[in-house]
Amino acid sequence: MRSSVTEMRAANESRTSSAAAHYIKRAFPIYLMVLPGLLSIVLFKYLPMFGVLISFQQYSPFRGIWGSEWVGLDHFVRLFTEQQFVTLLKNTLFLNLIDICFYFPAPIIFALFLNEVRARWFKATLQTVVYLPHFVSMIVVVGITVVLFASEFGGINQWLDVIGLPRYEGLNDPDHFRWIWLLQNIWKEVGWSAIIYLAALASIDPTLYEAAKMDGANRWRQIWHITLPSLAQVILILFILRLGSFIDIGFEHIFLLQNPLNLAVSDVFDTYIYRIGVQQGEFSYTTAVGLFKSVVGLVLVLTANAIAKRSGKEGVY
Amino acid sequence: MKTRRIFGSERYFDVLVYTLLVLWGAAILFPLLYVLMTSFATEKEYLTRGFFIIPKEWTMDAYLYLMGNDSFAQSFMNAVVITAVGTAISISVTTIMAYGLSKKWLKGRTLFNFLVVFTMLFSGGLIPTYLVVKEFGMIDTFWSLWLPGAVAPFYLIVMRSFFSSIPHELEESARVDGCGEWRMFFSIMLPLSKASIATFVLFYMVGYWNTYFSALIYLNDSNMWPLQVFLRQILVLNQSMDGSATLMEQVITYTPGAKMAAIVVSALPMMIIYPFLQKHFNKGMLLGSLKG
Repeated sequence: MRSSVTEMRAANESRTSSAAAHYIKRAFPIYLMVLPGLLSIVLFKYLPMFGVLISFQQYSPFRGIWGSEWVGLDHFVRLFTEQQFVTLLKNTLFLNLIDICFYFPAPIIFALFLNEVRARWFKATLQTVVYLPHFVSMIVVVGITVVLFASEFGGINQWLDVIGLPRYEGLNDPDHFRWIWLLQNIWKEVGWSAIIYLAALASIDPTLYEAAKMDGANRWRQIWHITLPSLAQVILILFILRLGSFIDIGFEHIFLLQNPLNLAVSDVFDTYIYRIGVQQGEFSYTTAVGLFKSVVGLVLVLTANAIAKRSGKEGVY
Repeated sequence: MKTRRIFGSERYFDVLVYTLLVLWGAAILFPLLYVLMTSFATEKEYLTRGFFIIPKEWTMDAYLYLMGNDSFAQSFMNAVVITAVGTAISISVTTIMAYGLSKKWLKGRTLFNFLVVFTMLFSGGLIPTYLVVKEFGMIDTFWSLWLPGAVAPFYLIVMRSFFSSIPHELEESARVDGCGEWRMFFSIMLPLSKASIATFVLFYMVGYWNTYFSALIYLNDSNMWPLQVFLRQILVLNQSMDGSATLMEQVITYTPGAKMAAIVVSALPMMIIYPFLQKHFNKGMLLGSLKG
């Protein structure tokens, strides 16, 4: 009796071990495929996350992360008491505000309009045109602005001369920085950002429009009662994602427009980190600034996501 | 009566829609056309004629000047190398990883997916990443541009859901025929996903071609700078004051024509490639997989 139990157990074990062997044989190549990408993520995303420890240290490159002195929350206290902190916060808020008010709705409006176009050739041509700026670099966009609005030989200014309007001289005016930034963003990305809405529009059931037409709804009412509600979920998802980038707002762009004259309106957390960290070498302090930024970003996304879920919509995560 | 009123308002509606769209298209095209056209104008015409779109006298001087300019030629070659190798690395690593993670039976899959998604929510920040790159001795090498961003999490997730959408039966029948995972990947999955891979090749190419910030912080040697950093020098930097430009480069001033031509050379390659792939963007591929 006992021997038969042991036999059964042995048989079971050999079966499971052969299943394990089978699994390993089958899964090994797959793990090998996942490995390079995973390695790059672990080394260049997760190792730096571990590296945020230096924000609690007085990090010295010579002593390394194990030998540097621990200073607790000193760097965070410095950040919150620094005068520039208020400026950074204010600029970040303001840029986000105008971005969410003017840039965020723009692709939705553009997609709604394009959706009303019946002529296919027109639609296709216009799409090709508005996607173009997405493929040029931010440097090219800023550079084109400079050559167009240069005070002496700028194309637009010369054109304004021709039609008898005053020249635009505000390119280096700090008061204009935010709006130049916003317009460059709109010019470059609105067309491209509309793709996702256009895709959502394409999946709306056409019989809904037929029914609305029967009921005598004109095209404005059709947009209001059928098209917009169908986009609601996509808009919500993109809004949540947008909130996630609230605090690391377009660094590569702002950096290009920044100069000592407009620093008071253009300095945001990322440009501050670059200036103090990379250029002046204050690694620990700017890592603390970065950590503050990342935590705020994470909290914002998770909060927005939770609110969306609570209100009965699907979240992103 | 009623039908006529509706008909009338429909007309207004169409006129409004088409007018606004044409204006928007023109606002996009005008700056690009202006730069393209003036890059072929003579310097004299540019400085004396006032506003124009079509040059009276066409010349390639600006392009010839750029070709003979060492900084430009070097930065152009650097950009080509960075883009070609970077795209090859990124697309290979992303595709095989996406395929691997599309296997629902894979143990650890949930963890790997979480690790990918979490990097979109939280990051260690600029300085710790810089220190890691430095620790690995990658400063002043192109590896600093290729490895840290080898996998774009969003592209990976989109591709993973693409592979997941390929019918399971296909895989099973291939396995019955004794087909290994690598062969299955190369001879069945790759041909099926050509279109979506081409799209991500383009996205990665655009990313590498247009990148400047990583180059700016990781490459101190100006001989390694890509085209975008060169452009920043000649277009943006003479506007603002920045310590990162070397004295030599600040002294050289470029003619307006050379600036225009440099913009054209930087912008044109990606603009030429993308219309060929445009049809794939519109397929709702991005939307369907937004939720990973």
